[in-house]
Amino acid sequence: MDYVKLILLGLVTVIAAIGASWARDLAYQVHAVLIMFIAAGMFIWVLRNVDEKPKAAEPDSIYFDGVIRAGVIATAFWGIAGFLVGTFIAFQLAFPALNFDWAQPFTNFGRLRPLHTSAVIFAFGGNALIATSFYVVQRTSGVRLWGGKAGWFVFWGYQLFIVLAATGYLLGSTQSKEYAEPEWYIDIWLTIVWLTYLAVYLGTIFKRREKHIYVANWFFLSFIITVAMLHVVNNLSIPISFWGSKSVQVFSGVQDAMTQWWYGHNAVGFFLTAGFLGMMYYFVPKQAERPVYSYKLSIIHFWALIFLYIWAGPHHLHYTALPDWATTLGMVFSIVLWMPSWGGMINGLMTLQGAWDKLRTDPIMRMFVLSLGFYGMSTFEGPMMSIRAVNSLSHYTDWTIGHVHSGALGWNGMITFGALYFLTPRLWGREKMYSMSAINWHFWLATLGIVLYAASMWVSGIMEGLMWREVDDQGFLVNSFADTVSAKFPMYVVRGLGGVMFLSGALIMCWNMFMTIRGAKPAAASVPHATPAQ
Amino acid sequence: MDTYSILREFADSWVLLGMFAFFIGAGVWAFLPSQRSAREDASLIPFRNETPVKACKDNCEKCKSAASSFDQKGT
Repeated sequence: MDYVKLILLGLVTVIAAIGASWARDLAYQVHAVLIMFIAAGMFIWVLRNVDEKPKAAEPDSIYFDGVIRAGVIATAFWGIAGFLVGTFIAFQLAFPALNFDWAQPFTNFGRLRPLHTSAVIFAFGGNALIATSFYVVQRTSGVRLWGGKAGWFVFWGYQLFIVLAATGYLLGSTQSKEYAEPEWYIDIWLTIVWLTYLAVYLGTIFKRREKHIYVANWFFLSFIITVAMLHVVNNLSIPISFWGSKSVQVFSGVQDAMTQWWYGHNAVGFFLTAGFLGMMYYFVPKQAERPVYSYKLSIIHFWALIFLYIWAGPHHLHYTALPDWATTLGMVFSIVLWMPSWGGMINGLMTLQGAWDKLRTDPIMRMFVLSLGFYGMSTFEGPMMSIRAVNSLSHYTDWTIGHVHSGALGWNGMITFGALYFLTPRLWGREKMYSMSAINWHFWLATLGIVLYAASMWVSGIMEGLMWREVDDQGFLVNSFADTVSAKFPMYVVRGLGGVMFLSGALIMCWNMFMTIRGAKPAAASVPHATPAQ
Repeated sequence: MDTYSILREFADSWVLLGMFAFFIGAGVWAFLPSQRSAREDASLIPFRNETPVKACKDNCEKCKSAASSFDQKGT
């Protein structure tokens, strides 16, 4: 086995070395060098361990928590990175001089923006999803994670994907599809990692000791399967050369646009909603110490959500070459989607029935409740904005940005922070977080930050929409584009300040996590041997 | 007929009907009275599987009764 590994790693090293030499563009060259060093390092490491006695593996009787500990730290790290870039580009929009001349073209807004979106969605959100799904699937199945070291492969493979994607954006490698910017070889790598993730997850569910598959696992599983499907279809492309990063899409024109937004909206629907709902259905009941309000409603929530979300994509393409019937279909499904979304929100909130007093005493519970509040708010705002008439005002304006951030910062951010505060003490064998008042500070800084962000973007977005459509009595447009840009300046500064507050809250969280983990030993939790199945 | 039209016709009729029937079926299944105990059991899963093996062997009755205190809601 070691020899097979050595041959494979050696081959990868050699091919990467050739790639580094023959590369047609800078991004490919840097990536080839990076892969060459990683493969060579692993080659030497495997070589040094040939014929050594293998280290004793962790027994099957304890949960596989090492990879979750790594995931918790990675989530916090990428969160800070993503929020930092986001805050910086917010100020770049307010003060264009921050697109420093000396750092061109690497740090202009156009290259940093995908870095920000991918860092927060895929690096921060993705690591949170992988870590929590591994935690939840083990606890709700009563067995150790399936696949042995495959869990570690998923973790490190995903980090490599993030690093390749992020450096690629800065060096100018992109296929110009929103939220799917990485080029072909990064896409292939992610597909391998993602299918391993699916196998590990399914394997754990197959060998579960519980009779039923808990509802959180349904959401996580639908997220993993759908993202695999979306990723593969939206990234069907043919590389121009094996030695370069540029590729050409298989679809073209309006078909490509439709595929892109089928992907794009379901990245929201399944990555940022279904996956995080899996977190909600586990952590909210756990933190409230009572089962979910209605298990019936959670089943309806699940099936309605996955049946409806998949059709909502065309609402991104109102007033384009896409046929009217298709955009109307997308719009109708988006509006119907409001109901299951609110059903899920009510289900989460009502779980606190009889435990509302926890809101006063437990800042973690407060984070979960606020996150559900933002989930409800943005799942009302979204359907409204998908209506064609509203969209004619809101599209291409900052309103969209405000909507996305009330969902991403409010719903995804807050529930992830809550989950991190839940997991950190448990994974490192502490009774609770180092500082409870620091969690309170984080809560208020983040909340006020989101309020500043969303409010300024609503004002600026609606103002922009109204200015663009304003015509005088002769039928001429009143404002030029630059007029709206200068009118938005104060709102951009307020938005940037909101970002600073959100970022400082997250920094407080990192300090709190560091103080909790410092000096603690990783905790081992046993897998139950016999579970009463009733 | 070209492939698109054939697939389109199939999607607009049988596939639509099948998906709708599955969806309604899932909705009905969620409310079946016979599934009540299964739902209750499933909703309590997060509160199991975290007790260390030995501790649970010693006072298994205790674990069960702790779990059953959640049953009063019957959802």
